[in-house]
Amino acid sequence: MDLYEHQARELFADHGIVVPRAEVTGSPKQAREIARGLGGRVVVKAQVKTGGRGKAGGVRLAADPAAAELTARQILGMDIKGHTVETVMLAQPVDIESEFYVSYVLDRAAGGFLAIASAEGGMDIEEVAATRPEAVARVPVDPAEGVTPAVAARIADAAGLPARTVDVLVRLWDVLVREDALLVEVNPLVRTRDGQIMALDGKVTLDDNARFRQARWGDEAGTAHDPLEAAAAAKGLNYVKLDGEVGVIGNGAGLVMSTLDVVAGCGARPANFLDIGGGASAQVMADGLSVVLSDPSVRSVFVNVFGGITACDAVADGIVRALDTVRLTKPLVVRLDGNNAERGRALLDERAHPLVEQVTTMDGAASRAAHLATTP
Amino acid sequence: MAIHLTKESKILVQGMTGGEGMKHTRRMLAAGTNVVGGVNPRKAGRTVDFDERSVPVFGSVAEGIDATGADVTVVFVPPAFTKAAVTEAADAGIGLAVVITEGVPVHDSVAFLAHARGRGTRVIGPNCPGLISPGQSNAGIIPADITKPGRIGLVSKSGTLTYQLMYELRDIGFSTCVGIGGDPVVGTTHIDCLAAFEDDPDTDLIVLIGEIGGDAEERAAAYIRDHVTKPVVGYIAGFTAPEGRTMGHAGAIVSGSSGTARAKQQALEAAGVRVGRTPTETARQVVAVLDA
Repeated sequence: MDLYEHQARELFADHGIVVPRAEVTGSPKQAREIARGLGGRVVVKAQVKTGGRGKAGGVRLAADPAAAELTARQILGMDIKGHTVETVMLAQPVDIESEFYVSYVLDRAAGGFLAIASAEGGMDIEEVAATRPEAVARVPVDPAEGVTPAVAARIADAAGLPARTVDVLVRLWDVLVREDALLVEVNPLVRTRDGQIMALDGKVTLDDNARFRQARWGDEAGTAHDPLEAAAAAKGLNYVKLDGEVGVIGNGAGLVMSTLDVVAGCGARPANFLDIGGGASAQVMADGLSVVLSDPSVRSVFVNVFGGITACDAVADGIVRALDTVRLTKPLVVRLDGNNAERGRALLDERAHPLVEQVTTMDGAASRAAHLATTP
Repeated sequence: MAIHLTKESKILVQGMTGGEGMKHTRRMLAAGTNVVGGVNPRKAGRTVDFDERSVPVFGSVAEGIDATGADVTVVFVPPAFTKAAVTEAADAGIGLAVVITEGVPVHDSVAFLAHARGRGTRVIGPNCPGLISPGQSNAGIIPADITKPGRIGLVSKSGTLTYQLMYELRDIGFSTCVGIGGDPVVGTTHIDCLAAFEDDPDTDLIVLIGEIGGDAEERAAAYIRDHVTKPVVGYIAGFTAPEGRTMGHAGAIVSGSSGTARAKQQALEAAGVRVGRTPTETARQVVAVLDA
């Protein structure tokens, strides 16, 4: 889960990293009040979980409280790369002497974390790395040792950062480990004219797998913006809304991803990703069907199941019983393959639902579902 | 001969007495796997009766190894205890730890994988279906009855796509199928398995299944170009996945322009790997290569 900038700022502050004074609001009127409290002149920053806010006009300086209200009004509701701005953060401007970049990122190939640091902060680090790779230091962190002051000194030295950033590097590692983050990034980390080292902007990605021991973010779990995703999450379903017309239900993440691709290859667009997992009980199938059918853009549904440990007859039984509780409003194409496929298909044939048809191959079934969804 | 797992493998199951552990230990035994014990400190000294065999429960992995000579452990313990379980197994000197558990915090995986490397323990997973050498042994949750022994080696991030290909190619059969798992950090990579299959006299062709996220497939492509002489057929899932969304597997995410299916397919094809557009087409390509 990605955090908003203001949440990252809060985490940094909790771990003793100096951040500018700031407050968050969704109301322009309140923005004026906040600006007054912060001394009048403020930076108004759109809170969206995507990069490029500055270029999109989502970060602006306001000279006084009235301007802060006006600016907040302009930024709130803006669309930045498909993200609607619902809140802004108002922050006290900082007198910057120099800007740096520091982050800890997961290096999947190495199976550990990597410190990335540069004395050229404030810009897109990937651009800096592409044009001047020598300006970006990459230091693998030994997971058993972590970032001690000695390790932090090596990172700062490799990147040409001032010695005073060592403390921040140690504290930032603390954020990464204690909060179960997969990424912490400060860009820019600045030295102010009065010599303070301050985190001006930050990005934090938390590990969803660690929710069970990170109580603090419990409330964030259900914050899906899409109503269908929220409904699916409430039922414990692994669902991602897409923008097509063929609903997809399958068992196993890889198989469902593959199903989306095969549907797309047949000239239709998948409407969603939905992995119902290995068990595929009648209840899970019913829950899945009801979410997918409630998507108004869905015109056909493709149920793609490979029967392994849960054999096809058990899955077919689940579908048959789900059809008793869910009113089918759109055609359903079912492909059952694997263990006990024949028996599973026979069970569905016996049910003889007028909107259910079976195709025995994945490619054939995808083609049929695509045809049903795209034919007027 | 197969890779990493043969009929000689002696297997412990950590978490055998839990629901999933019981269910899959029974299936492993039914597939002919030599399960020599379970591990649960609270149930040490007891035995658990499965259909045709009584399996002892040991208080620790070390005790299990001492008593049975076990060289493989399959881990079914819940996410919060997985780090301790794998660390214990590595400290006891186990050769291979197969971690089925899904939902392990990444910081825990990083820690136990580094620890296991230091002890010379190979880890497969976490969040994986395990591995099977059909007709010999099955360590994990892969259905054993959908294919037969043969000369294809398979390595995959995805469980169900593995099963799909195993099933489509059941008439040819497999030496070993390894599900390496869909987490961002895993103990055994595509490359590790490619190297083992290249050296395995019982493997004639390798199927490599990948998906969006990270650059494991690109690295595998470079490895194939430089080191693999056996034919490789590939499949990549996730061409239609939107940027920035996790698709089921914790590691299956396109971030910005990195980790895309297209880039992986291109890297593999540039290394001479045939990449199927669908699982079925991939299976057909395997048949075509073997018939050529």
